[in-house]
Parts: sequence; structure tokens; C-alpha cells
Amino acid sequence: MSKTKRDNLITYGIVILAFIIFQVLSATGNLSSHMKGLLVPMTYYAVIAVALNLCVGILGELSIGHCGFMCIGAFTSAFFSKVTEEVLPTAPRFIIAFIIGIAFAALFGFLIGIPVLRLKGDYLAIVTLAFGEIIKNVINAFYIGVDSHGLHFSMKNAMELNMEADGQIIVNGAMGITGTPHDSNFAIGIAVLLISLFVVLNLINSRDGRAIMAVRDNYIAAEASGINVTRYKMMAFTISAAIAGAAGVLFSHNITTLTASSQYFGYNASIMILVYVVLGGIGNIRGSVIAACILYLLPELLRGLNTYRMLIYSIVLIVMMIVNWSPKVIEWRKRTFGNLLKKSGKEMA
Amino acid sequence: MALLEVNNLSISFGGLRAVGDFNLKIEKGELYGLIGPNGAGKTTVFNLLTGVYKPDEGIIKLDGQDITRKNTIEINHAGIARTFQNIRLFKQLSVIDNVKVGLSERIKYSLFESVFHLGSYKAKEKEMEEEALRLLKVFDLDGEKDILASNLPYGKQRKLEIARAMATNPKLLLLDEPAAGMNPNETKELMETIALVRREFDMTILLIEHDMKLVSGICEKLTVLNFGRVLCQGETKEVLADPEVIKAYIGD
Amino acid sequence: MSFLTYLINGLSLGSIYAIIALGYTMVYGIAKMLNFAHGDFIMVGCYIIFSVSAALSGNPIIGILIAIVLCTLLGITTEFVAYRPLRGAASPLAVLITAIGVSYLLENVALLIFGADIKSFTSVVKWEGITLFDGQLKIQGVTIVTIVVSIVILIVLQLFINKTKQGQAMLAASEDKGAAALMGINVNRTIMLTFAIGSALAAIAGALLCSAYPSLSPYTGAMPGIKAFVAAVLGGIGSIPGAMIGGLVLGIVEILSKTYISSQLSDAIVFGILVIVLLVKPTGILGKKYLEKV
Repeated sequence: MSKTKRDNLITYGIVILAFIIFQVLSATGNLSSHMKGLLVPMTYYAVIAVALNLCVGILGELSIGHCGFMCIGAFTSAFFSKVTEEVLPTAPRFIIAFIIGIAFAALFGFLIGIPVLRLKGDYLAIVTLAFGEIIKNVINAFYIGVDSHGLHFSMKNAMELNMEADGQIIVNGAMGITGTPHDSNFAIGIAVLLISLFVVLNLINSRDGRAIMAVRDNYIAAEASGINVTRYKMMAFTISAAIAGAAGVLFSHNITTLTASSQYFGYNASIMILVYVVLGGIGNIRGSVIAACILYLLPELLRGLNTYRMLIYSIVLIVMMIVNWSPKVIEWRKRTFGNLLKKSGKEMA
Repeated sequence: MALLEVNNLSISFGGLRAVGDFNLKIEKGELYGLIGPNGAGKTTVFNLLTGVYKPDEGIIKLDGQDITRKNTIEINHAGIARTFQNIRLFKQLSVIDNVKVGLSERIKYSLFESVFHLGSYKAKEKEMEEEALRLLKVFDLDGEKDILASNLPYGKQRKLEIARAMATNPKLLLLDEPAAGMNPNETKELMETIALVRREFDMTILLIEHDMKLVSGICEKLTVLNFGRVLCQGETKEVLADPEVIKAYIGD
Repeated sequence: MSFLTYLINGLSLGSIYAIIALGYTMVYGIAKMLNFAHGDFIMVGCYIIFSVSAALSGNPIIGILIAIVLCTLLGITTEFVAYRPLRGAASPLAVLITAIGVSYLLENVALLIFGADIKSFTSVVKWEGITLFDGQLKIQGVTIVTIVVSIVILIVLQLFINKTKQGQAMLAASEDKGAAALMGINVNRTIMLTFAIGSALAAIAGALLCSAYPSLSPYTGAMPGIKAFVAAVLGGIGSIPGAMIGGLVLGIVEILSKTYISSQLSDAIVFGILVIVLLVKPTGILGKKYLEKV
């Protein structure tokens, strides 16, 4: 078995082991109801961390608007589930909800990718932030209702929907969608995480994944090697958005009132995911899953830590970047580390 | 018919004519040198040949096919591969993965097969692995196949860049100052590598070079550029004896 | 007449964006980095003025002066500790992510010291303003002061860049750091000076922003900071008059779209402009073209 194959199996193993541990704890009554409530959010944050790491670590482009794609996945799937709640049984409804949430997030990832991926570095990052905010703001201004005549839309307010008396408001502007069926649970969250990992890890270890990383490392050389740079950037960005959409589906089917608020979908939320990715290791998919789970659970468990949580994260973020990327620190590390190696070599001789 | 035929190629940048009325004919199997003082427009010619710049005038034909206004990717697919003056490897990929990227337009499978590792994934990956190893062996890099490209010593990075270019199965290989930054030993080894590429792959090569020793040692024909224009063209010996060339290089 | 009022409000908001954008554009032009934390310097400035005013309960000028000095020091320190070590890093994302970290750090320090509740900021401009057309058009004092201050800053900065040795050094460093260093310019010191100026401007912008919109929280600076970056890109990054034009356009668009289209969608419209500008003319209104050499 090759090393990458073994590494990937270890990653799946860790996720499955964590699932079993939590299930055992829960079955033996060792899990508080507060803790149980954290399990599904933990999975969708891990899923979106995988998505963002595909974009930042593998494609090499910083997105600070990924929660926008999560938002699209959340709203489109919640809309579908709410409309069909009476008509369809749970299992097929939730499966279709996933397909819809993922498809819409992928579609928007593709459409937004066309302009965004023509840019580079800082500009690209700020435009992803812009799109994330645009998505959030537009959804906040959306009103959709349904009555016997079908669907009604408005961008102004609920009155403008002009519905019959039997009408029901589904998307109520900034008040969002209320009463989406609670279809998400921990097992489904873990399944979605495993599928996301499977897709991303397989992709990395394939012809397309290598091309994506080649574009990241040197797009000029990639073009000269016949690699269609735009195609591979779009591919990675769209897949990343689709996975973020899946996280959104888990999110919206785990919450009573879904609103496009800054807390969940603003750029600050996207930056929070970026913190998971950076602390888990840029380009290290397993690392971002572990970082997302630990960083999400830890402050919730140690309440005292919550006050200082963001402060600590920000300091760790800065220190990590300097330690890992500063040319001077890297040189210093090489010198010190190199000397140590030489020394141990001599001792062995 | 010549493998590469360039007629009246010209390009200007903001009124400055970087390359003008450039003509070149390379026969299949030739090792051709493009030399000239700094700023003569040598790299600009390469960038025109590989579609990085679009010429203002002129025609470029590869094996009879007009590739004049094609983009870099199409030109690579048409059969021109290149290396860069300042080595451009995929630094965070392993040595063998660098070559596999070069192979990935030749040995293909779908995105669906990539994501789910189904269908022809296994067979094609195996084929790619074997082909990449075969190439690495030629360049004596198979011992380092799993280390990161950025951790290779300089001379081997240059070799890997050539190996990657060869992986795209080109008709014509362009080498942009391959000996830049090399010590005499490395240069000697490079000359052997270039000779090897010709022998092993029956390759046609166009190279830009400053190092006169390297040029006179291996190139059969030369074109000398000065101020964006062809100063002299022909057999290596004759060109190097031309008083105009000596003047351009050494000065009055 | 109400349109004129909105237009003037837009000009005032735009002037604030312009002052912040000047800091962005200078830092980006010279250090080639997006200082994501720039907006949070505004917030820091506001809290300093707020605290000093509360302590001295007197003239806000002292508060503003202290804020300018402390923000300048903060800017210099940030540059030295967090950004300078990453100059020349292999990935351009490194310094951007660090700047995001600094932004988070400042917001959370403020959160710990002052709490999340919104403080009501007392305007630093005591002047009531003027009334025109028999009371039909009322222009607030802070609006006039904001516009005047931004014009003065623009003129002073232009003179500084074009007439002083330090300013010329900045221009040189923004063109080519290596060549500038060979000409005897201390690039590190020049970048530090740029950060100092940008941060001082952020403090001034903070005083004006919170005087016009008197609610102060740890997140006060974040959104105006991002919008000011949009303004800097709109005007052409690295261009001082560009930052001014970009800021004014953005301020007017924001106020008018809030009034006539939808307050919910005004931010989306502002960001939509950024997207369109970067697609149609990625270098902005007054920006220069840049090509990567192969």
C-alpha cells in the first residue's frame, strides 16, 4: 500500500473513531445535552474547513467569502425542504435537499469563479469577501411566499408578495426561513464529512489534482506544460463551493430559524473557517478537520476560555504565519535544525 | 519542409521594437542556438514562439501548421515545450509528480474518475507512473522521485525541468539559457544531458545561450540577434568567425 | 432639495472613506500588501478619543491628538512585529492572513477592554452647521468639517509626496524596492513611515466617522475599512488622487442607494461596484498596468 493511500485511510479512521467514541459516550449517558447539540455543528464546520482548504491549500487562492456558498446551500435546501415537508417522506426529501443545496452552491461557485479567478492574491481575496457579503445581503432582502396560485417573489417586503389569504411566507427577508425540518443528525454529518474527505483526497491524488497544484505552484510553467489554467482553477473553486454548500444543508436542517446573519455567513464567519485551515495546516486536509473539531469544541467546553478564545486564536494565527513563512525564521530553523542533524550524524559515526 | 519556420516576426512594446523581421528555419533533428548580447530580444523570441506574446506581424509554422496567434496551451499541444531562464518547477510537488503534470495532457481520464478513483483511473495512473519513471531514469532522477522538487540541487532542478518538458511529447524543445547560474562542472553535465535528449528522443532543440563554449560545443547552427534584429545566421563555425558578430559581442 | 441633502451626506461619508483609502493605497502601493487591519486602527482611534474625553471631560482636540500619536505607534509596531518578518515570504497569502490575524487581535482586545455593548460617541465637532434656502437645506457642522479636512489632507499628502525627499523615497520604493535600496533609500524606514502616516490618517478618519455616526463598538472600523479598500481599488491602488475619487464615488453611491433603492441592498451595490471595476478595469480609474515577466 502506498504512503498516500495509508495516510488517507488514517484520516477516514480518525473520523470514524471519533464518531464511535461520541456515540458510546452518548449511549452511556456521558454526554450532556449541551454537548450533544455541538456535534452536528462540529461536523459542518469540519466539512467547510475541508472545502476551504481545497481552495486555499490546494488551489492556492485565499477566499474570505466561503460562508456565502454555505449560505446558498443552506437557503436553497431549506426552501425545498420547507415546501415539500408535507409532500415527501423524510429520507428522499433530505437527499434531494442535499442535491439541491450542493448544486446551487456549485452553480454559484462556477458563476462567481468566472470573474474572481481572473484576479490574483489580495484582489481575489477581497472580491470573494465582496461576493460573500453580496450573497448575504441579497438573501436578506428576499421574500418568497407560496399560495394556491404558486410562488410569489419580492425584494421589498412581505406585503409586496400579494398573496391570497391561504398564502404562506417561506423566505421572510431578514427573518429568513423558520421551521425547516430537523433532518440533520450526527451520523449524517459524519457521513457528509467522510464523503467530502473522500472527494477531496481522491482529487488531490489524481491527474486533475496534480494539475490544480501545478497551477498553484507556478501557473506560467503549468501553461507551458499544456495545462489549461482557467479550467483547473474553476474546477477546484466549484468543487470547493459545492462542498461548502453541503455544509450549508447540514446547517439549515439543524436550526429552527435560518437567517442570513453576519454571525453565520458574514466574512467574519469565513475568517473563522480560515483560522481552522491555517491552524490545521494550509494544504493539510486531515489537519483542518482536526483543527475545526478541536477549535469548535474546546471553547464551548471550557466556558472560561470562551472570553479569550478569539484573542488566543488571533495571536496563534499571527505567530503560526510568521514561524511558518518568514524567510528569516525559515533560514534560522534550517541553520539550527541543520546543525543538529550534522551533530547527530557525527555522533552516530 | 522545415520543422519550425518563422517569417518576418515583429513585436513592439510601447514604440520600442523589441524584435523585428525575425526569420528562422530549423530542420528536424537540428540543435540550433540563438545567441546575442543582453537585451537583444532572445527571450522575447521565445515568448513569441510559445504564445506568451502575440506578434504584431509575421508567421510561425510548426511542422507546416500555422501556430502564430495560438495561446501558450495550444502551442504546447501543437508540439513546443520549453524551459525557463529562472527555473520554474512545481516546487511543492514531488519530482515524479512534476513529470506527471507534463504527462497529464497525454494520458487522460475524466474528472469523475479522478474524484471517485473509478473506471480507467487505476490503469491510466499505472501507465502514467511507468512513463514518468522511464523519463526520470533517462535523466538519472529516478533515485529522487519522491522528494520535493524544491529540495533538488540546482543542476538536477534544471534536468527535471527538461524532463517535464519532454513529458509533453514535444516536436521542438526550447531551452532558455539552460546554463545560467551553473558552474563549469554543471555546465559540462548539462551539455551531456542535452546531447542525451537528442539521442534518446531524436529531438529538435532551439536554445538561447550566453555561454559561448556551450554554444560552439554543441550547436550546429546559430542565429545571432542584436537590437532585436538578426545579425547573422548559419553554420556555427562561420557565424562565430563573422567580424560583425565579434563586434557585437566584444565591442569595437 | 432632499436629493441635495443626500448628496452632501454622501460626499461627507465619501470623504471619510477617502481618508481611510489614502492609508490603504499608500501602504498597498509601497509595501504591496493589503493591510486588512487598517479599518481596525480607526476603531482603536475612536476608543482612545472616547476614553480620553471621558477622563478629561473637556476639549476633544487633546483626545484626537493622543489618538493620532497612539495609532501611529500602533501602526509602526504592527508593521515591525507582524508584517516585516513576512516580507519576501514564498506565498503572498502569508502576510494577508497575518493582517487578518492582526485585525482579529485588535477587535478582540477592544472587546475585552470595552465590552461588546455599543458606546455612544460624542461628536468632536461642536459646531451646529449652516442652514440654507430658508431652512430647506441644513448642512451639519461635522459634514462640512469632514469634507474640508479630507481636502486639506489630500493637498498636504500630494505636496509631501512630490516635494519632500521622504515622499520621493516613497515613490521610488513603490516602483522598485531593490533599485531604491541601491540608490541609498532605506526601504524599511520608508515602509515604516508609510504605515505611520496611514495609521495617523486612520485616527483622524475615526474621529470624523464616529462624529457623523456616533455608535462605537469593537467592529466599528471593520466594514468602513473594507469599503475604503474598495474605494482604493476603484480609484486605482497606489494613486492618491484615485483614493480620493474612489472614496467620494463610493460614499455617494452608498448613501443614494440606501435612500432610493434599499438600505438592505446598499452594501451589495457597493461590493457589486468593486466586482465590476475589477472586471472592466482591474487597475482602477487612475491605476497603472502591471504585467508579470516571463
